[in-house]
Amino acid sequence: MITMRKRTAVAEKPSNKKPKASAVREMDSLERRVKAARRSLDEQTREIVAWHFDPKTGCPFWLEYAKKLGWDPRKEIKSYDDLDKFPFFEDEWLRGGPVRRWVPKAYAKKPIYIFETGGSTGVPKSRINVDDFRIDYEMYSKTLSDESFPKGGDWLMLGPTGPRRLRLAVEHLCQFRGGICFHVDLDPRWVVKLISKGRMDVMIEYRDHVINQGLTLLKAHENIRCLFTTPKLLEAFCEKVSLVRMGIKGVFCGGTQLTAQFHRFAREELLEGKAELVPTYGNTLMGLACHKPFDPADNYSVIYHPPCPRAMIEVVDPNEPRRVVDYGQLGRVRLTTLTKEFFMPRFLERDEAIRHPPCEKYPWDGAGDVRPFSGFASPIVEGVY
Amino acid sequence: MIHIPILRHGQPYESVDKVELVHHATGEPVAVVSQANPGMVVRDINRMDDTVLESFTVRELIEICGRAAERFIRGTLPIGDAKQSFDDYVRCLSATTGMPVTYCRSNAQKIHRVLAEMDTIISGLTRGFDLEILDRGYGTYTDERFSPSPSKGEGRGEGQSTGMPHPSPGLSPRGERGKHTSANGSSSRTLSFFREGRVFGAVLPSNSPGVHGLWIPTIALKAPIVLKPGREEPWTPLRIIEALAAEGIPRAALGFYPTDHAGAGELLRAVDRAMLFGDSSTTATWANDPRIEIHGPGYSKVILGDDAADDWKKYIDVMLGSIAANGGRSCINASAIWTPKHGREVAEALAKRLAKVTAIPVDDPNATIAAFANAGMAERISAMIDGLLRTPGATDVTEQIRGAPRLVKSGRVAYLLPTIIWCEDREHPLANREFLFPFASVVECPTAEMPEAIGASLVVSAITEDRALIRSLMSSGNVDRLNIGAIPTYQLSWDQPHEGNLFEHLYRQRAFQTNVELRTP
Repeated sequence: MITMRKRTAVAEKPSNKKPKASAVREMDSLERRVKAARRSLDEQTREIVAWHFDPKTGCPFWLEYAKKLGWDPRKEIKSYDDLDKFPFFEDEWLRGGPVRRWVPKAYAKKPIYIFETGGSTGVPKSRINVDDFRIDYEMYSKTLSDESFPKGGDWLMLGPTGPRRLRLAVEHLCQFRGGICFHVDLDPRWVVKLISKGRMDVMIEYRDHVINQGLTLLKAHENIRCLFTTPKLLEAFCEKVSLVRMGIKGVFCGGTQLTAQFHRFAREELLEGKAELVPTYGNTLMGLACHKPFDPADNYSVIYHPPCPRAMIEVVDPNEPRRVVDYGQLGRVRLTTLTKEFFMPRFLERDEAIRHPPCEKYPWDGAGDVRPFSGFASPIVEGVY
Repeated sequence: MIHIPILRHGQPYESVDKVELVHHATGEPVAVVSQANPGMVVRDINRMDDTVLESFTVRELIEICGRAAERFIRGTLPIGDAKQSFDDYVRCLSATTGMPVTYCRSNAQKIHRVLAEMDTIISGLTRGFDLEILDRGYGTYTDERFSPSPSKGEGRGEGQSTGMPHPSPGLSPRGERGKHTSANGSSSRTLSFFREGRVFGAVLPSNSPGVHGLWIPTIALKAPIVLKPGREEPWTPLRIIEALAAEGIPRAALGFYPTDHAGAGELLRAVDRAMLFGDSSTTATWANDPRIEIHGPGYSKVILGDDAADDWKKYIDVMLGSIAANGGRSCINASAIWTPKHGREVAEALAKRLAKVTAIPVDDPNATIAAFANAGMAERISAMIDGLLRTPGATDVTEQIRGAPRLVKSGRVAYLLPTIIWCEDREHPLANREFLFPFASVVECPTAEMPEAIGASLVVSAITEDRALIRSLMSSGNVDRLNIGAIPTYQLSWDQPHEGNLFEHLYRQRAFQTNVELRTP
């Protein structure tokens, strides 16, 4: 059994503390927790930088990189904000080999997983993994309710499989909660290719092929209570069957953009107001963000909070990406990953989002209404019709 | 502020996701439009009652359209929780699209005419057979070609036998059931149709409201509709829907789903038949899908024959109108003039007239070009034209005469002034382009080569009496609508559809025989 890595006090703290009696004190409490979270983030930053740039433990990529920097990150990086001293992380570095240059020396003898992202065309980006996916999903498990994701309930994973972190991660989450995970193969690169070639008929045939296999499993295994799937597959699934009637209590949904309106539609109509929907945002590079618990006041906005201090999601000015935008403002998503397996400072993701303030459960910033980055010029519409 | 809801099976629904529409010139918010998520569109289409209009006869539906015409042009109609008069409608339409107010009104008149003259349009689409055939599912059609002395004015069959999609009577097997010969010798035969278009979808544009005339006949043909309006132009389709509902079309037959590109794709996949408006990048995906009637760029043209080219001055108004009517924003606007000679002179004469057009606010009654609410789009179009002009062999004649650039920026909006390009080489990259403003290239080409060289063209107005040219244009697959004579490209008869016949799109003919008495439903 893989043991849990040391975590900070903040990350481990149960988040369902009762609010204090007075609003002011509550705010004080949140403020204190925000500060504590920040301290733990700074601490984590120092620890991770020290680890990755230490010739005894660090990975060849960062050790080589440090030589070109002309300054010693172990001395200069004292806080999370100091990570701004690094140039922006380029995901191109993750394409191609040798992939072992990303393996920290301390883990050289451990079994290494390789998880890929992208790759519909060309060389996929890859990230090495030892235990990170297990740690991330065990932490995540604590945010799920036992009523909607019952312990001992089996899962159906109807999403990207193959070389993707998600495939093993969801299985681990299910096992961690005492269940067995059923899978249906899904190759998202083939789907992307079909869409880009405009072969929608084949794409739909493939989608139905996937859905039908899922249906067969659901009908054959009565203990399946939980589902992981993507928004599109959830819609297609619910066009065929009532998931609620099939015994599904909770749906863990992610993989692609999830709008506020979809969130509402899924809760009210697809899941008939009777099963839980837990939206998620994550990727192979950053890990897994949690969705702020459903609150009618958020008007179905899907607000994600990163697994601080292991990773950060920040919303920055696209033209000045060192600057975090104000709360409520739209900006580009910037990711930072701070684990002993992977260090990724200041990566500008191809997404945009609205910056949200810390909340009770997650005393650090969130990112809402995440969607593909729109900061590219729209094409010319030629012709009238 | 006005809220434009989604109409789910006709019932208003306020979405969490809304798009704000602003006044193109002032930037002030005009409305917020609820946006449907793609899954909702599919879910509703799959749950739509596709028989909801079957309880009406086609005649009744045509009458409803007739009454709705008056509501559309004069009535005050619901728009979300608010009400909208016709003048408010025109104001909103012009505000969000940048279309001159005068054009908004003239386009509204086109819609009115389509609704009011639905009878003529349906007759054009069905070639005049008895519409009760659609109510009963079958009936008889009288083929006057068999009549030795056709008696004028007898029934609807008069003069409408040409083009019927059934074999020549002479080829019919003997003793064919359903074929009867009347006293005057005309042949009566059984016709049966069934509606394949159970639910009809339309992905609509924002460029010109007149195009909505193309989908309205669907209602009279009993197919419930699911419309995805253009982003800046929810006004016209919603107003048509509300006018129809007010006159008795069940709301369950009327779906209205403002949505994004992905939602449009899902809509097109979920419906049985659809109409899609869009540029070539949008429509290419659907080009081989027979369920979808595509209305892409028109590349419409005015052609001068050898017999007319020397008299080109006589036809300059037809050419000008074809290029610039409706602000040059329709696919039936000419985007090229093809002539065997005098090309440069034609280009200069057109340019001289069009160079007088100025960019003035769209609420000015003299405004003749639309404003681009998205100024960046106008800038990019203009830059693209300038880029292509760097390829030798083409000149912007209007810019030379005007002495000022075609791009005019005023506050947050931009205008593109009419542009005439003289193309010495018909292979020049600007020779066959179409843009959302009065733009045309003048090209020289021997008439014998024109039918092939013009490429796919929605409307061709060929000014000629040359039999050979007419014959080869008549047989050319490049031409959709063909006008012979000095007829502007925008002048069209609504009973002759283009880019497909909506009736044939929705209905399929079936062989039908019976030897039992079937009661009329």
